[in-house]
Amino acid sequence: MKKKTYIYRGFERFWHWNQALLILFLAFTGFEIHGSYSIIGFENVIRVHNMAAWALLVLIVFAIFWHFVTGEWRQYIPTTKLIKAEISYYITGIFKGAPHPTHKTIYNKFSPLQRIIYLGLKLLVIPVQVFTGLIYLFYVYPNNPVHVIGLDVIATIHSFGAYILLSFVIAHVYLVTTGSTPLSNLKAMITGWEIVEVDDEDGQKK
Amino acid sequence: MLTDKETQQNFLKLLALFVAIVIPWIAGGIYYFNTVPYYVENQATIVEHKTNTISHADHSLFELLQQPFETPQQVTGACLSCHNNTDQEIMSSSHWKWERDYVTDSGDTIQLGKKNIINNFCIGISSNEPRCTSCHIGYGWKDNSFDFNDNKNIDCLVCHDQTGTYKKFPTGAGLPVAQKKEFKGKIFDKPDYNLIAQNVGAPKRENCGVCHFVGGGGNNVKHGDLANEINQVTRDVDVHMGINGVNMSCVDCHKTDRHNISGSLYSVASTNENRVRCEQCHSDHPHSNTILNRHTKKVACQTCHIPRFAKISATKMNWDWSTAGKFNADSSKMVLKDSLGNMTYATIKGSFVWERNVVPEYHWFNGNARHHLLEDKIDTSNVIQLNTLLGSYSDKNSKIVPVKKHAGRQIYDAVNNTLIVPRLFGKDSTAYWKGFDWDKAAQAGMESVDLPYSGEYGFVSTEMYWPINHMVSPKEESLQCADCHSRDSYLKNLNDFYLPGRDHNNFFDNLGIILLIISFLGVLTHGLIRLIKN
Repeated sequence: MKKKTYIYRGFERFWHWNQALLILFLAFTGFEIHGSYSIIGFENVIRVHNMAAWALLVLIVFAIFWHFVTGEWRQYIPTTKLIKAEISYYITGIFKGAPHPTHKTIYNKFSPLQRIIYLGLKLLVIPVQVFTGLIYLFYVYPNNPVHVIGLDVIATIHSFGAYILLSFVIAHVYLVTTGSTPLSNLKAMITGWEIVEVDDEDGQKK
Repeated sequence: MLTDKETQQNFLKLLALFVAIVIPWIAGGIYYFNTVPYYVENQATIVEHKTNTISHADHSLFELLQQPFETPQQVTGACLSCHNNTDQEIMSSSHWKWERDYVTDSGDTIQLGKKNIINNFCIGISSNEPRCTSCHIGYGWKDNSFDFNDNKNIDCLVCHDQTGTYKKFPTGAGLPVAQKKEFKGKIFDKPDYNLIAQNVGAPKRENCGVCHFVGGGGNNVKHGDLANEINQVTRDVDVHMGINGVNMSCVDCHKTDRHNISGSLYSVASTNENRVRCEQCHSDHPHSNTILNRHTKKVACQTCHIPRFAKISATKMNWDWSTAGKFNADSSKMVLKDSLGNMTYATIKGSFVWERNVVPEYHWFNGNARHHLLEDKIDTSNVIQLNTLLGSYSDKNSKIVPVKKHAGRQIYDAVNNTLIVPRLFGKDSTAYWKGFDWDKAAQAGMESVDLPYSGEYGFVSTEMYWPINHMVSPKEESLQCADCHSRDSYLKNLNDFYLPGRDHNNFFDNLGIILLIISFLGVLTHGLIRLIKN
């Protein structure tokens, strides 16, 4: 049974969009620091990049807190169940109009692929970006407490992480359009409401 | 209807959400507004500079200085009769000795300085003394028999004259003329010793400049940042010495204790001591911007604040001795000048390249320099480094400094593979400027330093590095971030560290771009197929 359901809560949506904005802004300013182009000017681009970095860091702290308090972190526990079916859906099924092999519910709102990829971002890419970013920010040779001689490795990891995040954004934005209608996922992330499959039990709990 | 409790809960939820929304931006904002950009007016605290230049006595009242003086040595005697320990101070200074301790590559400590060092301007002073030592603070250093322990030979006046009338004769081994004499169209009179001796004081910039502005035989030839125009310079050229600015004199920074003047230049000096530092007045965190202040760990103040040197008169950048000796058709000496009046060729010296408003080279420097010694063997397949500024990124004491590189081609012994000090100046034909015979000049010059000369000579390329310290620009003209932090960086020659904005890892950059392209093409193809199938 399909039912209009409140699936993304206020903080979650705010966190998502704010993070999206900050990551895009960090990428835009970061690649100027990287020397890829010159638009804002080096001094100011450093300032605004660091500003966005601090904002993102605080946001991440809130998000971690929110995930644990609400128990939403369980949504990211990876599973191999149906993962093959999901992969074959994106490779063939989707073109034939087949249904998605997994159902979105409040308690299981991520598909197996989403779980693995989001968890990878949260546990690998974002921490690496934060860690290398902080070293980059506070690195002053020779008085630096962290003894890395030169920014070579740190900067290379940090900028490669940015490429990975950007490719994620490209794929993510596209996959948004693969919902029940091309805009349904987007609407859900804006309003919080989406028509999803609910069984009675879910319905009652809501 | 909502109960009170529910309303309260909703309110708390909204408040929590609001706080969560606002706090990240507050954190970013705090950072943003705490990193003030460079152009915000926030003067660095400049420690008061104070000169102790008020004369403690009126020298015109001393009867001793009213006696008739025939020779400058008599004046020195009069000075020393009151300033009775000063001769010892002078005679232990590098201005007098023209040498300092130097530790060679093999670990021996030798005496090295202008006295015996080799450069790529007029090469070396040995056998050329009367010309070179016209800038010595002494009288009569005309050959290597000069007595450095005779205090009568100290020249007090060249530094302490306040009348501007005391002049040493350019080829007089440090002595002024005894009667009127001409040099290159300029008249030199016997100094009025009474007037001068009665008007002495702390050195003015003109006193220092009489040697330091014209080293190498002409205005601004050597340093590039020290030139005659500094006597009348404006603030936009030198922010410290500008007569329309703070109007400081040389000794305001070059603090002097017992005639030991601080500051040394690493074209001749070699150790990290007795240096003049911007930090002595400005501290090592002079900016309002913390990011800029962090730069002082690795970047010398001069690097950003002296973006150009030789701002008014040109400085010599290249001196090629190998072309010397060409004459005009009428066998007169040839002199060629460029449109600005800089000599580009002279029969006696060879060809020159001059430059104005020069962008410095940038080098790591830790205050220690290595010097090429006269007896050192050379490898003619390389450009000979006459002095090497030591330092690197990984050396904690190194900073990036601006440097004038002076290139040259000069004479060397083609068999012994050593550089040659030629005899250039003199009255007989062994001097190159009289006989124009390099062979004889090499012979005579090497004899004077007790080193062998094989009889075969050639010319070899050499380089010298002169750190730039003067002509500090107003802050508006200092280098901007992107001058270094960009792909086309001013620091492109310093490749031993990662510089944000300049450097990137090609492999991972390409890999990243490929990743982006694959993602983009992937979703594009996927989307197109979906469109077509549906």
